[in-house]
Amino acid sequence: MQKLVVIGAGMASGRALEHLFDTQPGEWDVTLFNAEPRGNYNRIMLSPVLSGEKSYAEIVTHDEDWYAAQGVHCRFGEKVVAIDRAAKTVTGENGTVAYDKLLIATGSNPFIIPLPGHQLPGVVAYRDLEDTNVMIEASAIPGAHAVVIGGGLLGLEAAAGLRLRGMEVTVLHIATHLMERQLDAAAGFLLQKDLERRGINCILQANTKQITGDGKVEAVELADGTVLPASLVVMAVGIRPNVQLAKEAGLAVGKAIHVDDQMVTSDADILAVGECVEHQGAIFGLVAPLYDQAKVVAATLRGEEATFVQKQLSTKLKVTGCDLFSAGDFAEGPNREDIVFRDPARGVYKRLVIEGEKLVGAVFYGDTADSNWFFGQIRDGADISANRDTLIFGPAFQGGAPVDPMAAVAALPPEAEICGCNGVCKGAIVDAIKGGAVDLGAVRATTKASASCGTCTGLVEQVLASTLGGAFERNAPQPMCKCTDLTHEDVRRLIKSQELKSMPAVWQAGAWKTPDGCHSCRPALNFYLLADWPLEYTDDLQSRFINERKHANIQKDGTFSVMPRMWGGITTPDELRAIADAADKFKVPTVKVTGGQRIDLLGVKGEDLPAIWADLNAAGMVSGHAYSKGLRTVKTCVGTDHCRFGTQDSTGLGIALEKALWGSWTPHKVKLAVSGCPRNCAEATCKDVGVICVDSGYQIGVAGAAGMDVKETERLADVKTEEEVLDYTMAFIQLYRENAKYLDRPYKWVAKVGLDWVKEQVLDAGIRAQLVERFQISQSVYQKDPWAEHVKERAEQYVPVADLTKFAAE
Amino acid sequence: MSDWIDIGPLDAIPPRGARKVETPLGCVAVFRTGDDRVFAVNNRCPHKGGPLNEGIVHGQSVTCPLHNWVFDLSTGLAQGADEGRIDTFPAKLEGGRVLLAASALRARPVAA
Repeated sequence: MQKLVVIGAGMASGRALEHLFDTQPGEWDVTLFNAEPRGNYNRIMLSPVLSGEKSYAEIVTHDEDWYAAQGVHCRFGEKVVAIDRAAKTVTGENGTVAYDKLLIATGSNPFIIPLPGHQLPGVVAYRDLEDTNVMIEASAIPGAHAVVIGGGLLGLEAAAGLRLRGMEVTVLHIATHLMERQLDAAAGFLLQKDLERRGINCILQANTKQITGDGKVEAVELADGTVLPASLVVMAVGIRPNVQLAKEAGLAVGKAIHVDDQMVTSDADILAVGECVEHQGAIFGLVAPLYDQAKVVAATLRGEEATFVQKQLSTKLKVTGCDLFSAGDFAEGPNREDIVFRDPARGVYKRLVIEGEKLVGAVFYGDTADSNWFFGQIRDGADISANRDTLIFGPAFQGGAPVDPMAAVAALPPEAEICGCNGVCKGAIVDAIKGGAVDLGAVRATTKASASCGTCTGLVEQVLASTLGGAFERNAPQPMCKCTDLTHEDVRRLIKSQELKSMPAVWQAGAWKTPDGCHSCRPALNFYLLADWPLEYTDDLQSRFINERKHANIQKDGTFSVMPRMWGGITTPDELRAIADAADKFKVPTVKVTGGQRIDLLGVKGEDLPAIWADLNAAGMVSGHAYSKGLRTVKTCVGTDHCRFGTQDSTGLGIALEKALWGSWTPHKVKLAVSGCPRNCAEATCKDVGVICVDSGYQIGVAGAAGMDVKETERLADVKTEEEVLDYTMAFIQLYRENAKYLDRPYKWVAKVGLDWVKEQVLDAGIRAQLVERFQISQSVYQKDPWAEHVKERAEQYVPVADLTKFAAE
Repeated sequence: MSDWIDIGPLDAIPPRGARKVETPLGCVAVFRTGDDRVFAVNNRCPHKGGPLNEGIVHGQSVTCPLHNWVFDLSTGLAQGADEGRIDTFPAKLEGGRVLLAASALRARPVAA
């Protein structure tokens, strides 16, 4: 086996290794050094991590299992100190390793402007996960200010992410408009307006004088005397290729490490890839050419012919809601002509730059749907003289093709590029689909299309649809309802990250298409808001399903059922007499003992509800919430009180649990049980939370089901005391309240997030204490008897507002 | 026209909510939308007789609480794939009071 040493686990070297292992599995003995204490993750997705739209785990491209499966010796968190070309060895902080071939992928370092104060804590670049975590931490303080120096691609993504996390953000940019390398002045202006609408303050031609603060960042001072308060300063002014090691090893280095068309450096056994290389005078910062280079690296290592060719690049900004695109060269010039389209009301701007008979550049803002087609025209150097009149309207108007996005995709030639990041053309995707990759995940796995930044996901789906026809079922996440394109999960994240505390705020931020939602989204939103902001949000009864609005279960004939709470299934002769009296007085047709160990009065007229509740209240009973997405019952057995097998006081614990949890709202109903011994008479092993008492303490199981599905609980923890049972249960329910999709029972939610994750949260004493505290804050607002409240405050809503039977008949 | 009967103040109906009114034609539901418009319809869903006054109000529609049929309150027509219609009655808002047309409540036959 040949020995390959790789310095740097970034996106370029990661891709090169993938290609190598795909074609020559088992033929390379690879040692991988990385200065960061982790493997390869999708660095361009740090922006969604910053904004809270994705988690770090979601952007990991190679996990431990992958490295292990490929037999890679990972030396993460270890810096390389020297390369000895004569001995063909690489020396890291923890020892030396020999190589046959060496791949340098040291990437780049962020450029830090050496302003006074640039070394203060709180000044960060925006380059890796550490930076991102510092930024997320800084944003946790309500009302904190951030200054981003640099209004380019990276700086604006940082600014947008920090703003989404609730910070007050100012962007300082030295040029006269934002993203001047990718946008012209007009598009830059529209972008600035969009950002300002989101609350991001932009100062152009800003000349930063110094960063000030005592022991940490406190403010940024501009040359004109302006002082901006800031607890965080992000420098995003550019990158410098990281060439230190290569230079010390005596390799040819200019702006970066010189490589030839085969990605080989001035030493035949050393290759380089990524942001640290210089090829024909150019250096690279976007991911697409790096992936092309990675392909060539793998081929060269295999001893195959391959040539790296620089291609036209295009740019998109990953800021949700800011649609911009630019490609080619759009500077003005003596032989250049412009075609410009503006629609100020929609904030749309399109500019094409033509030289001779060819399109050489394009800048779009607000509407980028046809950008791939225009990019193809630029890259192919197509002669546009014949269709110049209609060119700006895009492919739909060339040759009278219908204005159907599907038709536009269907009309693309096989060589049209769909995924810019990974250089995947339509033909490759179509081949993969015909080879059996019939959904998005499979296309991603086989071609890499849409696997990096994800902006082409829609296009890939259209290729799937046009290739498969009716056989294609969109695998995309389902939106909440027809009112919005966002999923439940998106909406929950949005409510938390943007601190949305009212329904109109969610409708606005989530671009609702209806004036005030529908019967599907409103109950979900009402729950999400009251679960996340118990003190700030006011429960909206009109957004609740009738059972929860009237605190009774509607029956098929429009009557209701009334069920008082019986704590832990224990009742008294007095309570039973009161129930019997109420049943007589209100002529209740059916009285039933339920599976949840209590008594249901069925067939009560809506008008009678407040009166029957008042009678039951008077006997000391409260609502059993038998109608709610909330805590229903805690079923118990008699335990040590009476049972010869009982090991603990299961009835007492059940009552304590019910007293702690009653009144809480949850994504779906929650049922508990406590059994006094493993004989499990209370059937605790099929409940949302089920406790089994044993001699040594209590076994807490969660995520059971005995409804549409039947499923045994899974063990959350074994604990010693009743207090622990209460804490673990409250923490589990609060975690469920904060994270689950509305109408997912706990077992469905746990299946999605994994029991391991749930355990990590609930078993950690610190996290558990916080969950319990948040649950108790919510209970301070919501643990109240709705019957008593409605009898007192809303009784009139239960009777007709007017009786016109006589009046109108006259 | 003196035909209008005052059934109560707008405040008696919660926004995006409804109240029942007993009439010679049976129970009528008077709705108030999120933008404070009022509509009166037969309270009985033609599907399985669900009480529409208990439904969730959105836009100028209501969703029946029993099986989620959705009706446009202005035309009475069932929306989407469902077919059916509820009787609608003239209703208006005047000086903060909700008014129904008495003649319509007398003249029309009871809906099926």
